Amino acid sequence: MNQMPTRRSFAQVLLRTVTLAHGGGGKATKDLIDDVFAREFDNEFLEPMEDQARLVMSALAGQNDRLAFTTDSYVVTPLFFPGGDIGKLAVCGTINDLAVGGAKPLFLSCAVIIEEGLEMETLRLVARSMAATARAAGVAIVTGDTKVVPRGACDKLFVTTTGIGVIPAGRELGVGRAEIGDRVIVNGMLGDHGAAVLAARGDLALETALESDCAALHELTEALLQAAPGTRFMRDATRGGLATLLNEVAAASGVMIEIDDRRLPLREEVRGVCEILGLDPLYLANEGKIAAVVPAGEASAALAAWKDHPLGRDAADIGVVTTGEAGRVTMRTLFGGTRIVDMLVGEQLPRIC
Amino acid sequence: MCLGIPGRIIAIADEGRKLAMVDVCGVRRKINIACVVDEAHPIDQCIGDWVLVHVGFAMSRVDESEAAHTLKLLEELAEAQQTLREMSLSLEAP
Amino acid sequence: MKYVDEFRDPQKAAILFSEIHRLVDQIAPQEPISVMEVCGGHTHSIFRYGLETMLPRGIELVHGPGCPVCVLPIGRIDDCLAIAEQRDVIFTTFGDAMRVPGSRKSLLQAKAEGADIRMVYSPLDALALARANPEREVVFFGIGFETTMPSTALTVLQAEADEITNFSVFCNHITIFPTIKALLDMPGLAIDGFVGPGHVTMVTGAEPYQFIARQYRRPMVVAGFEPLDFLQAIAMLLTQFAEGRCEVENQYARVARAGGNEVAQEAVARVYELREFFEWRGLGSVDQSGVRFRHAYGRFDAERRFAVPNLQIADPKGCQCGEVLTGALKPWQCGLFGSGCTPENPQGALMVSTEGACAAYYQYGGLRQGVSA
Repeated sequence: MNQMPTRRSFAQVLLRTVTLAHGGGGKATKDLIDDVFAREFDNEFLEPMEDQARLVMSALAGQNDRLAFTTDSYVVTPLFFPGGDIGKLAVCGTINDLAVGGAKPLFLSCAVIIEEGLEMETLRLVARSMAATARAAGVAIVTGDTKVVPRGACDKLFVTTTGIGVIPAGRELGVGRAEIGDRVIVNGMLGDHGAAVLAARGDLALETALESDCAALHELTEALLQAAPGTRFMRDATRGGLATLLNEVAAASGVMIEIDDRRLPLREEVRGVCEILGLDPLYLANEGKIAAVVPAGEASAALAAWKDHPLGRDAADIGVVTTGEAGRVTMRTLFGGTRIVDMLVGEQLPRIC
Repeated sequence: MCLGIPGRIIAIADEGRKLAMVDVCGVRRKINIACVVDEAHPIDQCIGDWVLVHVGFAMSRVDESEAAHTLKLLEELAEAQQTLREMSLSLEAP
Repeated sequence: MKYVDEFRDPQKAAILFSEIHRLVDQIAPQEPISVMEVCGGHTHSIFRYGLETMLPRGIELVHGPGCPVCVLPIGRIDDCLAIAEQRDVIFTTFGDAMRVPGSRKSLLQAKAEGADIRMVYSPLDALALARANPEREVVFFGIGFETTMPSTALTVLQAEADEITNFSVFCNHITIFPTIKALLDMPGLAIDGFVGPGHVTMVTGAEPYQFIARQYRRPMVVAGFEPLDFLQAIAMLLTQFAEGRCEVENQYARVARAGGNEVAQEAVARVYELREFFEWRGLGSVDQSGVRFRHAYGRFDAERRFAVPNLQIADPKGCQCGEVLTGALKPWQCGLFGSGCTPENPQGALMVSTEGACAAYYQYGGLRQGVSA
């Protein structure tokens, strides 16, 4: 008969902080997983709560001929920052790593290492954020792991997500595929995440309305590949910023890339943070920005497709793949001079000079 | 040692310690304004001032008229260059 | 951005480039005119905007010893580490000093190993930490030229007013003037003119530079840090050469006044006195080039509160920073440049900070390398 499936009841953890017992593997661990994670992630693949999620291969095939498979760990401080949190970051980051390969993201795993003493409510908020982000992206969190380590052995919470997606036949994106004449495009304002997190840490006493741009970009990548099927390559500009990403492309493709300082989309407040601290926005992390290399003839279609999407309103054509020293990235300055944009050496630190 | 950026004082935070809130492109910070305060220009008159901010201190008030003057010099230079160009073109004319 | 964007206007830059080209043609020098800038901020601006790539061949820029981070002696970093590695200490510092290597490690590495070393934007934040942590000893690493001396001094005066007893400063403030003089005393120094540090002048006024024009017959133009400021200063210098003048001029009048800043000068005079000599990495010892706390402020002097090794440690073998700093060598002409000495593994002063001439060339300027040699 057409009966509503009864939703099972979840355990309830009453303790306010996470203890070592919660990582011991016994009842406390099961209850924690059930109450904090399973309750939030709740989907048909997770429901059996076996040691592994089982995914039917035929359901994945269709037009797809490859699995995309990626993993990333997230160790951000503070855990909650304007525009996001470690949970949202962990889901979006891994979704994006799949999406930039031309894959449709489908499944995630979630492994956490919790520092003894972490507030249970913090953990719940992170789990809730992960669940909401995944749900909105049409992605299921289907398996995971939970460990608790003694105080001091980790910084509050580390999250690792691994993702699986499917790639339709015929898509061949690659970091080594850039060709002379190709355009370089980005989907919006650069440096928001890096600047927002820096300000949120508090030790620089900067007040700003800046928010992280943390977002799942799979719709954007799909729209790009539909509008510009000749796209050579996409990557999200996370740690090390746009500059690092472009250097990787230039090196792998054996080309030179020249970007134009006049065309880089930058928010005023990000400029403000950079001017005060002496930072270069090209090296600030982004969590909702992709750079793509597209054939010149497809660049305007690509940009139009992006601008049509809420996450691509400020998309811009910022540069070109050109003849010159292979592996080199340069920037045409405001005045027509040239400056080299190198890989980041170490961490970018505020300066006083 | 040189990194300084102009910002606008938007509020006084602590009159006794001479602290004010400065705005740089929408980013705000508490800074010490002792160097730009004196009898002729007391602390409560500082709101709205543009100052040069270096490591959390206002080191100098930005002089609007000097700034305009500097830019005007460049405009005059542009005009002079234009005049020279026109002169040399007219010399070349048959 | 007001007072910033106007001074980055490409159209006005084009005007200045035109004028600079015209002046160099008019002067028609036999050898390229050599202009030294003595401020890390100018080095940075030059590279960021690619200014050097657009100047005519007849003018050559030399990047002088104006980076206080670069010239921090190895021994002083070791002293910082000795203080920072003590149990109760919170050691606070500006960001760019954290990467400077001491004889064993840098502050960044010591932080990774567990020392409580924290980056601050302002000495005021270090003082706030002292207020918030009365059971700890908070030490601030005071580096910088005259631009930054007043901020440290005013912070100490605030600490005095508020009767804070757990705050001290490891004072490495240095003054640029004796070093410029020492440079000018070097025989065969081929520098024709100077672009002066606008923010030092904002504090000190223009009077302390007069000896450069009067005694050493080199013109100087004090410049701001936006690209138009620098270009305008170059144009003003070239105009002096063309007109046979030799003066100290001020391009940065909107911020730097002729007399400097009185409040800042008073705070500095109250809190500090000159050291007989101070070591500059790459240059050796320069007389009267550093300051320390006066006796009356001794309780804020970290050197008196903590035991430090206080050793003079030489630069690694092959290091030619001194020659690059004085313009005798170009960065790429140093034997270690790019091979033993890189930004990831700096051997000497000029590679450790992004404002150092060698680091700047390595990261930003490879394009003109060797062309003007």
